[in-house]
Amino acid sequence: MTADERPTLAVWKFASCDGCQLTLLDCEDELLAVAGAVRIARFTEMTKAVVEGPYDLSLVEGSITTAADAERILEVRRSSRRLVTIGACAAAGGIQALRNSVGSAAYAGVVYAHPEYISSLDTSTPISAHVEVDFELQGCPIDRHQLLEVIAAALAGRRPVVPVHSVCQECKGRGTVCLLVAGSTPCLGPVTRAGCGALCPSIGRGCFGCFGPSAGANTEALTGRLLASGMTPLDASRLFATFYSGAPAFAEQAAALAGRDAGAAGGCEDRP
Amino acid sequence: MTHGSARRRTVDVEGIARVEGEGSLHIDVHDGVVADVSLSIFEPPRFFEALLVGRRAAETPDITARICGICPVAYQMSACAAIEDACGTTVSEGIWDLRRLLYCGEWIESHALHIYLLHAPDFLGCADAVELAEHDRAVVERGLALKRTGNLVMETVGGRAIHPVNVRVGGFYSAPDPAAVAALAEPLRRALDAALATVEWVSGFDFPDFQADHRFVALHHPDRYPIESGRVGSSDGLDVSASGFADLVVEEHVARSTALHARLEGGLDYLTGPMARYALNAGRLPGVARQAAAAAGLGPVCTNPFKSIVVRAVELVFACHEALRLVEAYEPPDPPAAAVLPRAGEGTGATEAPRGLLFHRYRIDADGVIETARIVPPTSQNQRAIEADLRRVAQGSLDLPDDALAWRCEQAVRNHDPCISCAAHFLDVTVDR
Repeated sequence: MTADERPTLAVWKFASCDGCQLTLLDCEDELLAVAGAVRIARFTEMTKAVVEGPYDLSLVEGSITTAADAERILEVRRSSRRLVTIGACAAAGGIQALRNSVGSAAYAGVVYAHPEYISSLDTSTPISAHVEVDFELQGCPIDRHQLLEVIAAALAGRRPVVPVHSVCQECKGRGTVCLLVAGSTPCLGPVTRAGCGALCPSIGRGCFGCFGPSAGANTEALTGRLLASGMTPLDASRLFATFYSGAPAFAEQAAALAGRDAGAAGGCEDRP
Repeated sequence: MTHGSARRRTVDVEGIARVEGEGSLHIDVHDGVVADVSLSIFEPPRFFEALLVGRRAAETPDITARICGICPVAYQMSACAAIEDACGTTVSEGIWDLRRLLYCGEWIESHALHIYLLHAPDFLGCADAVELAEHDRAVVERGLALKRTGNLVMETVGGRAIHPVNVRVGGFYSAPDPAAVAALAEPLRRALDAALATVEWVSGFDFPDFQADHRFVALHHPDRYPIESGRVGSSDGLDVSASGFADLVVEEHVARSTALHARLEGGLDYLTGPMARYALNAGRLPGVARQAAAAAGLGPVCTNPFKSIVVRAVELVFACHEALRLVEAYEPPDPPAAAVLPRAGEGTGATEAPRGLLFHRYRIDADGVIETARIVPPTSQNQRAIEADLRRVAQGSLDLPDDALAWRCEQAVRNHDPCISCAAHFLDVTVDR
């Protein structure tokens, strides 16, 4: 196969930590094979070389937080045959979506001496709010085996096979005793998408939802359970409002719980 | 990329490749003199210091890890140290050793990434490591294997390599299984050999003749090479606690330069990172790393930033050796975490990220809720020093054709392994065109 016949891969970054694109470089055993199967046409973190589009596959990391990026993603879409987002920022706005409830002006004043120098949108929004997305790979960060599956599927012209069920099933699969049932440890496993291999419960830590909501997540039922185990509404709200605070299933619970806390305790009481 | 008349020449690199995050550089030359240099960041700000307010202190390791996917352990360790300082928590030696082991994993991963995938291609005239592999596949595979070993250490101790899940304020959720830790010894022995070969490899590169007279700032420790703890020292005699250092650092928000610049009180610029650590701590390196440095022709202080790749390789030897030592001495800390009792107050934590000093300072209330947060990453501290290098490198390279000049300037930026994602949590960008 000559270089020109290989499908082209482009990697794009918006507001993010770089961790999801680093996941591609973390495929140490497969990196050179991937670079043989596809032509890495644009990947600023890895190479100076830039091949002009269009690209067969674009991997997009990060959320849209500036007017310039809202324009740039349109151009990325136009130059991409297939556009796959990688990670929580691209799929749900990321941790920086916490600004969505207060606006960036309030935040800029905390961080910057001269907030007037800052040009940032009031919201951090997912890529899918701006352009059509062919597939969203979830996780904060994404799992590298799932990333390789996504690339392989794109090359084969099929849909990636990644689970949409919950972390609970992964716990059952590896024989981890349920933290929520046995120890009353707050855990988002019942409503969080699988993919990490149920890492946190395996070390005695409750899941904190870094792969986002699972399909059909019953967050309301879980909320009842969290409160019954002694968690305050505000702490339960914080648990839902972290890396997937922009995902509707988590955002609704976070907002409802924060409201309940404000109603119950005047908004300032919070004891563990 | 470059353009201009005989009297005026402008060099613009609009997307600096092979750095973490997205930045650009701009150089203006008037009448053969470099008139203006700026390293700009077009990463959008993410407002971490603001979104931390009202969160629990216990959440800081997980939340601040998301500032940077390349050095999440550095963020976790500085956050833990700061909160423990605020709460007056004493953490056992066994927990500190396990933290150091985790951190060695991040140093190995990050240094191998930078040396092999980001920096070495500059010296060999390659666009990237894939092109380098076409010439010498074995050497790239050696780099990837080293990187893999760093990730393996992080996965074993931290649960996963990017944004580890096992770290908590006070220590760890659970102590890794001794058999799993013991299984790291063999890959680490191979990594140590690969790291020694790395020093030899990079020391043979052609280095531009360039000297920079930076003020070096790094942690130092009476009996060990600094990673996860220590006081802050400098090449001009500073010796203060992390908290004392945070008091000295002044950040300026300057519209023209697009960035908050960190300087020491009195307007002093400084450089953190491998060159600074080495200059202040070379005597505390283990024999194997000292010998490798000597064989590579590295004196007690390295002042050519293009040779930072050699210093980084020596630190890679150190990190592999240190990780091996910690693995062989490992006993699971019991309990795996100290109890952390919230109290109202302020705390500061400083640790050595692979690319330089990173400090956090938090004020928390009696319930352990964050009132204020301040996070100062290495790249913001280094930005003025990087620009100073750029100015002099550009001035000394004006005889190069435009493309080569731009590449040389990019390389001068990569010398310092800047992490723009880190810096961008408080950097704004107005790109001047």
